Amino acid sequence: MSQTIKVGMADLNVCKSPDKLTTLGLGSCVGVAIRDPITQIGGLAHVMLPNSKTIKNNTNIYKFADTGIEELVRLMVLQGASRSRMVAKIAGGAQMFAFQNKSDMVRVGEQNVEASKAKLKELNIPILAEDTGKNYGRTVIFSPENGDLVIRSVGKEEVII
Amino acid sequence: MSRIDLDNLNQEFYDVLREIGNIGAGNATTALAQMLGCKVDMAVPQVRLLEFSEVGTIMGGEEQIMAGIYLMVEGDITGSILFLLNKESARKLIAKLMGMESVGEDLSEMEQSALKEIGNIITASYLNSLSMLTQLVIYPSVPALSIDMAGAILSVPAIEFGTMGDKLLLIQTQFFEGLDGYFILVPDLDSYDKILGALGM
Repeated sequence: MSQTIKVGMADLNVCKSPDKLTTLGLGSCVGVAIRDPITQIGGLAHVMLPNSKTIKNNTNIYKFADTGIEELVRLMVLQGASRSRMVAKIAGGAQMFAFQNKSDMVRVGEQNVEASKAKLKELNIPILAEDTGKNYGRTVIFSPENGDLVIRSVGKEEVII
Repeated sequence: MSRIDLDNLNQEFYDVLREIGNIGAGNATTALAQMLGCKVDMAVPQVRLLEFSEVGTIMGGEEQIMAGIYLMVEGDITGSILFLLNKESARKLIAKLMGMESVGEDLSEMEQSALKEIGNIITASYLNSLSMLTQLVIYPSVPALSIDMAGAILSVPAIEFGTMGDKLLLIQTQFFEGLDGYFILVPDLDSYDKILGALGM
């Protein structure tokens, strides 16, 4: 029997096929899904902020794109995944409210996406697909078995990337 | 360095923040009653400091469809305020305001505009009471509306709180039987100091 493990806001988790990982209602946060296709070990992080270094209160490493992705990869390796085989898919980073003045806080979704991509690049993990930006929330379900990332949004068709 | 640490808030600061929440929500309710031209019974607002992981569940799950009206705040304090209510409550409010039942799955442009106005008046009266109380100048921006999953809308204030700690301050107000509204006021940390300072703390 396969389970679907929930990942909360500023949280992450690792599982092995046939189990799945899900995170509900991603807004400006980004869901980073990483998978080792051979061992079928997968990980999902729900990151809230781009950079741990620009913020004083940074003890929760799961909260940031840079430290969260690094920790996710570390936990996957502990489970037996190979770092060199890892591939990633990302979703989220929406701008939920339309404002005229584009302050940094309003653009945080975009920044989360950029920071996640930069961290994955640094770790040499290729990004196979993404569904990011725009102005709506996303629920994602990740299957380490085949790497499918199912994306559900309000009033829209389900998308698989 | 700010005096406020939301993760380790002392009882005195918490009580003050709760009182601000009470007064603000009370004023907002009065404004709502005037706008609707009917009596609005308000339950005592609940003020809670929540972990990020608890935030979605409190409103009936992260995937519950909510309407969020969001305004930026400028002046002596800076930050933002979010007023949230579930989609059915939003429909009820619009129906009361416009004097007609809403039909169809999505809200029409007219209904969305009415909802923005409701949110604008409610949040403005909330901020107004904060301004009177503290003698600080507070200007709200034009409102922006989003109708989406609770988790997605809440990510916006959660991220702002996320720059300060791992908790979020939520004020829950019940306007009518079965009609819940939520306020999330997000002053940045310096503004917290200013608010408390203005109150003589």
